Amino acid sequence: MSGITVIDVAKRFNGFTALHDVSLAIPEGSMTALLGPSGSGKSTLLRVIAGLERPDSGQVLIGGDDVTDQPARARGVGMVFQHYAAFKHMTVYDNVAFGLTIRRRPRTEIRERVHELLELVQLEGLAKRYPAQLSGGQRQRMALARALAVEPSVLLLDEPFGALDARVRKELRAWLRRLHEEVHVTTIIVTHDQEEAMEVAGQIAVLNEGRIEQVGSPRELYDAPANEFVMSFVGPVNRLGEGFVRPHDVELRQEAEEGSDEAMVERVVHLGFEVRVELVRADGERLLAQLTKEEAEELELERGQIVHLRSSRTRTFSR
Amino acid sequence: MTASRLGLRFAALGYLAMLLLVPVAFVFYRAFEHGFGYAWHAVTTPEALHALELTLLIAAIVVPVNTVVGIVLALALVRGNFRGRGVLNAVVDLPLALSPVIVGLAFVLLYGRGGWLGGFADHGLKILFALPGMVLATAFVSLPFVVREVVPVLREIGTEQEQAAETLGAGELQTFRRITFPAIRWAVAYGVVLTTARAIGEFGAVSAVSGNIEGKTQTLPLYVKAQFDGFDTAGAYASSVVLAMLAIAVVVTLRALHPKEETPMEEAT
Repeated sequence: MSGITVIDVAKRFNGFTALHDVSLAIPEGSMTALLGPSGSGKSTLLRVIAGLERPDSGQVLIGGDDVTDQPARARGVGMVFQHYAAFKHMTVYDNVAFGLTIRRRPRTEIRERVHELLELVQLEGLAKRYPAQLSGGQRQRMALARALAVEPSVLLLDEPFGALDARVRKELRAWLRRLHEEVHVTTIIVTHDQEEAMEVAGQIAVLNEGRIEQVGSPRELYDAPANEFVMSFVGPVNRLGEGFVRPHDVELRQEAEEGSDEAMVERVVHLGFEVRVELVRADGERLLAQLTKEEAEELELERGQIVHLRSSRTRTFSR
Repeated sequence: MTASRLGLRFAALGYLAMLLLVPVAFVFYRAFEHGFGYAWHAVTTPEALHALELTLLIAAIVVPVNTVVGIVLALALVRGNFRGRGVLNAVVDLPLALSPVIVGLAFVLLYGRGGWLGGFADHGLKILFALPGMVLATAFVSLPFVVREVVPVLREIGTEQEQAAETLGAGELQTFRRITFPAIRWAVAYGVVLTTARAIGEFGAVSAVSGNIEGKTQTLPLYVKAQFDGFDTAGAYASSVVLAMLAIAVVVTLRALHPKEETPMEEAT
């Protein structure tokens, strides 16, 4: 197992700059998420680390060794792709065994290792199936077992749950976290879903337009975002004059107070414990407030009602 | 089923029958008109046997070469990133667009006396009116089939599986042998069938470059034509039947190799 260091990596495609001198340190044994919108360069960064893409400049170090000039097959990385990249003409068993077969390991060792891995990813009974006979979630777990079979020093996951439906995605996230606790291999997961990043990763790097905006724990990013982009990307956000505020930090009052703004209730959505209030201000700006059920009942909110809002947690960023 | 759909089906089948089934059936009928013995005799004369041998020999050379070249060209067209790819793509279709006779005549001009490559003959390598020329002409006209079958399949499978194999430690050759080739093998097989059929049946281009010397440079299609021109229609039909049987054998072989039901390739989520 080993950490990953990326130093000043730049990558351009036909005049489009995917990465501007990106540097990032990924601690050994951690699970790090590369979070960003599409086109932010997060997948390119992952592919540079994997060796599937050559950087125009900069270095990639895995476990302290400079691997920048090494091809992907020599780097000892395990990679999982968004669309599974299952070997369609091979059984589940042969898919998982692929890396070991290539390395000419003895047959008994391969058999043992494959069955161990299939157990780990809960596909024990499906060794003889073909990928086309598996569900998306099963295919992705097979791909994960295949990547883990060669005992990679780092595990790279490129939007691994992006092609799955919401319920399976949630299940697999929790499962991946448990797996990581068991296997402890340094892992990078690329995702555009902030909830996914926050749920599985201990460290998140937020990317935007080929640059890293901020690196930190999920909590640091949420509580102390470095800029407007990070704040709006890691959670819902309202603009309040020059500042920004999270919906749950918006306080609503019946009576005007010092520094409060007027707004009209446009819609009240009851989601059990949480109540979402959609507001529109006199200047036409829309806002979202999150209240608890009790708070909402106390205010007796109704459509068309005028309320007064304020917040002590408004955040402003210098531009 | 509505009447119009029935009518459409009838028209399609009728068209197929008039164009394909009736003429072929007629050839079979005429071949055996004078009995099986006569037909057998007609196709076992030394000239006929030599023509059959030559046809099979040319196919045996051309098909493997064009299969390998076809796969390489398809890989270059789909995966390559070089200048002139568009031109190459168009050139690959040239044999389909050009009349085979024109191809043959071009070869005659190129390799003939005074042609750019006519010098080979002076150094003892006879290309025109000999096996090399016939192989070249056949190779040219049957080049596009493997390429055209493999290209769309390569496009469809994409590069993710190959990249996955690479991260798992496979070299380029291992990746091709274990991942790429198994994915395109049925396209290759189908391309091979079409290439073989074309190589066996080619008339125009081969006729121009071969010189059509009986017992020397006469392939089976040329032999059929010669018999026909010599008013030995029964012999011509008998040899046609041999050609047809060869074609049918190729198709049947493929059918037998091909699994009954290919595992469903569509994504099941």
